[in-house]
Amino acid sequence: MRGWALNLTNDRQEARSAPADEILDTVGLYCPIPIIRTAERLKRLDGGAVLEVISDDRVILIDMPAWCRSTGHSFLGSRQEGQEYRLLVRKKEEPV
Amino acid sequence: MSAAVPERPARVKAVGLLSGGLDSTLAARVLLDQGIEVLGINYSTGFCMNDHRRAMGRAEDDPRRLRNEGLRAGSDLGIPIEILDAGEAYLKMVLNPKHGYGKRANPCIDCRIYMIHGAAEYMRDHGAHFVFTGEVLNQRPMSQHMRSLQLVEKECGLAGFLLRPLSAQHLPPTIPEERGWVDRDRLLAISGRSRREQIALSRAWGIEDYPQPSGGCCFLADENFARRFHDKKEHTSIDEIRREELILLKVGRHFRLAPALKIIVARDESENNFLTRFIASNWQFEVPDTGSPITLVEGDPDQEMRRLIAAITARYSDRRAEALVEVSGRRAGHEERLIVPPAADQALEAYRI
Repeated sequence: MRGWALNLTNDRQEARSAPADEILDTVGLYCPIPIIRTAERLKRLDGGAVLEVISDDRVILIDMPAWCRSTGHSFLGSRQEGQEYRLLVRKKEEPV
Repeated sequence: MSAAVPERPARVKAVGLLSGGLDSTLAARVLLDQGIEVLGINYSTGFCMNDHRRAMGRAEDDPRRLRNEGLRAGSDLGIPIEILDAGEAYLKMVLNPKHGYGKRANPCIDCRIYMIHGAAEYMRDHGAHFVFTGEVLNQRPMSQHMRSLQLVEKECGLAGFLLRPLSAQHLPPTIPEERGWVDRDRLLAISGRSRREQIALSRAWGIEDYPQPSGGCCFLADENFARRFHDKKEHTSIDEIRREELILLKVGRHFRLAPALKIIVARDESENNFLTRFIASNWQFEVPDTGSPITLVEGDPDQEMRRLIAAITARYSDRRAEALVEVSGRRAGHEERLIVPPAADQALEAYRI
């Protein structure tokens, strides 16, 4: 592979096996719209729900974990399929 | 406004514009150190060079240099970040800023007003008590001298509720300081363009991972972009300029062939791929079966102009040294082939934007 090989794909078992409650396709969208769409979609989900985000922006593998750390959601990992990345995010539990 | 704000909130909450640069990171850190809850917002304007490099998807770009610094800072500081799409209203402001442009196409004062106004709305929606920024008095010639700082505060409807922690001790006390929500003595007294104090503070606080200041990352402050931007404004009614046309100012070589006719010639494969996303009913030209740029046309060229566009496209193709080159021109399912000599460089200069 020419150029930078981004060795950040966190292909943990959890990422392969966690069932997604919803899928968000952001392929073709420019940064940082995928993160904005992820935030919007998570607002509509229940705490603990898992969202699978599909993106063709390789830098999302850096941004999504950072965004999850800052907001308290859980980044479960990612895997690459061709030119696309599939990332799993678990929504944080809302305070009772 | 003050009537809606409790005198002694149990937990003081502040909303800040967090670009992820050193100044906004330090400003947030100053408040966090006082036990203030901080919410960060980060605007996506559509003019960020970093975001554009990501959209181009060039393999040689180090992805770590393309990350969103606001998200990185939020992660490092442990504060939630919301990215807000500046949207169409921002574009309208950019095309017609009340306070004018800086040296390029940068409407810095109106931009600050737009973003801080948005932060004020976010503050009200999220039950926060004031807004802060990483602005430093006298750091930037257009937007960060005393008068402009006061102007921005006034026009955002935030009188007394806009705190600049890095320069606070040079500025009149804000209401959060007067009410004791923020300890003024623990705010800073930085001013000017030198970043010595900020760098010393970042070392003292262990803040090491931040982008180096390099004249900003905004296309609106870029000389080449600004020339194309003002050309667009000169030849198109502001009401008719579409978002896509502004996005296209970021890529390729631009040539104005007539008042209502302009072309964009891609410079590499990434730009070819980028331009193809914007081909709808426009004419497009390329040299078949060889390394060739895609040329995107804005306007409706007649036969003579189509030959000129073909010649310019041929000039930037791998067949530029040949006497005659066959060029394909297409629009909405219609194709024509033109055989033209590649344009001479000297002739091109008259059209270049």
